[in-house]
Amino acid sequence: MSTDTDTDSFDFDGSALRRKRLLGKAFVGACFAATMVGIVALIALLVDVVTEAWGWLTWEFLTYPPSRFVENYNPANYGALDTGPGGIYPALIGSIYLIVLTAIFTLFLGVGAAIYLEEYAPDTRLTTFIETNIANLAGVPSIVYGLLGLAMFVRALQTGSSLLAGALTLTLLILPIVIVSAQESLRAVPDSMRRASYGTGATKWQTIRNVVLPEAIPGIMTGIILSLSRAIGETAPILMVGAATSMFAPPRLTQPTDAFSAMPMQIFDWARLPEADFQHVAAAGIVVLLTILLLMNAVAILIRNKYNRRR
Amino acid sequence: MTANGSQTVSTADSSGARSDAAMTDNAPLGSPRVDDAVIESRDLDVFYGDDQALHGINMDIPEHKVTALIGPSGCGKSTFLRSINRMNDLIDIARVDGDLYFHGKNIYDDDVDPVALRRKIGMVFQKPNPFPKSIFDNVAYGLRVQGKDDDVEEQVHTALERAAILDEVEDQLDSSGLDLSGGQQQRLCIARAIAPDPEVILMDEPASALDPVATSKIEDLVEELAEEYTVIIVTHNMQQAARISDKTAVFLTGGHLVEFDDTSKIFENPESDRVEDYITGKFG
Ligand SMILES: Nc1ncnc2c1ncn2[C@@H]1O[C@H](COP(=O)(O)OP(=O)(O)OP(=O)(O)O)[C@@H](O)[C@H]1O
Ligand SMILES: [Mg+2]
Repeated sequence: MSTDTDTDSFDFDGSALRRKRLLGKAFVGACFAATMVGIVALIALLVDVVTEAWGWLTWEFLTYPPSRFVENYNPANYGALDTGPGGIYPALIGSIYLIVLTAIFTLFLGVGAAIYLEEYAPDTRLTTFIETNIANLAGVPSIVYGLLGLAMFVRALQTGSSLLAGALTLTLLILPIVIVSAQESLRAVPDSMRRASYGTGATKWQTIRNVVLPEAIPGIMTGIILSLSRAIGETAPILMVGAATSMFAPPRLTQPTDAFSAMPMQIFDWARLPEADFQHVAAAGIVVLLTILLLMNAVAILIRNKYNRRR
Repeated sequence: MTANGSQTVSTADSSGARSDAAMTDNAPLGSPRVDDAVIESRDLDVFYGDDQALHGINMDIPEHKVTALIGPSGCGKSTFLRSINRMNDLIDIARVDGDLYFHGKNIYDDDVDPVALRRKIGMVFQKPNPFPKSIFDNVAYGLRVQGKDDDVEEQVHTALERAAILDEVEDQLDSSGLDLSGGQQQRLCIARAIAPDPEVILMDEPASALDPVATSKIEDLVEELAEEYTVIIVTHNMQQAARISDKTAVFLTGGHLVEFDDTSKIFENPESDRVEDYITGKFG
């Protein structure tokens, strides 16, 4: 090792630096490897699921209710069936309705709470306490929200194991994240905009509605959609409120007290059945779930990009 | 040590009207009294937390004239401007003592609604701050929030015309206000401020972010606006104050109003040596 402290001549060829450079390179290599582990594992998983599902994911799979018999899911048998093909339809609709209801609830509750905390709440210790705890709630395991939903909605409010109970529980689950991200979006609206509005004689509410919210809404929407895409894959909370593992008829949006199933439940149900071919069916279900999830994330990214370009 | 500590001032129009005692205690040099005052400031103190930014400001602001506020950075010009339309209310730590009368009504009385006040006293800011909305919606904003939008098309056109920007934007009223140049944005903001027809327009260094051409357009505009509005303008630019204003108030460091008089008097023959030094560029 070169002694780089006691030489008084200029180290013109950088030989003293060589060891440090090598160390740097090794570190970059390690980081790259770490990144690759994650990516390779993810790709392997996706490839595995898609190959499992290949040939089993058909239009009929999306539009028919599930069946007890694994043969009914196999497209090769569709022609010879007397009961109709098996599919994911009720759980797919259940998941979509669940997300729609959850979106509506979180939009009002989350944005309402964020506006209150950010624009109206006095700057007191209590406010700080509440804000800190909302942030903490975001880390509570989802099964705890499931238990809460069971006690609060299913039992106390007597909603039964319904679509409504599921949606309300998922709302509780993602509300903290939605509130925090909405608060950040509101905070990002420049004060000069607010001042401009007050300067023209607008009231506080007019300022919030006409200037602050339009500026913040793309960020708020992005936060909500990303949270919803987390909620759509959640199994524990809806399991706790008693979602069915498998339903023959989809719930109705006009009847929020209908019993329901959702895709994660249905997939779980298929995956634990003994017949080997049910693994293909489960894989097909996972592909449907992942597709919806990726679509939602894509929408969120589109909104964010459109909004960024506009500035 | 205050510059206006115990000056005894005798000017032609310092008789009659509100709280004379206060006025003589704290009055600046010059002629702080005018007969046709819309705004009368009496012993106005402003604090930010424990720091006092303005000390006993006494001045009358005449109607339909341009009043310039000049002085070195940090002397409280913006603070004074903001206390006229109660924009200081938006700053948590700001506190105002003393009185400020608008048409004889103390705007710091409990029964005054700052929103209603701001509908009478419009404001243009240092940095152009159009909303990320169309040019039309920017100008219509004040009309809409004030519920004066019965004839919004025409009012928007009139405001844009008065702000001397109509020709440049007439055929792009639907495009975003943010797509305009800085100078155009500032005139758009002026149009936005005058559209709901306030009585007074406050301008805080409206041209400081602009190039000379845009600046001279704003200056011309300010002189024209004074025909219909009372204009109070903060500026760092001595020549600008001399060119466009009728009255000039000189604030000096620490938040004291040192001299207030006709602009010609201030620039040609100020009473205070410190004001003279400041104006001739010896300090500040
Ligand atoms: N929002 C605020 N919070 C705390 N102190 C403030 C605030 N605004 C102004 N001040 C203080 O009040 C004093 C006067 O400030 P003000 O902005 O009124 O000066 P100004 O004359 O407008 O200066 P400039 O020419 O630089 O704009 C300064 O000492 C400033 O630090
Ligand atoms: Mg200022």
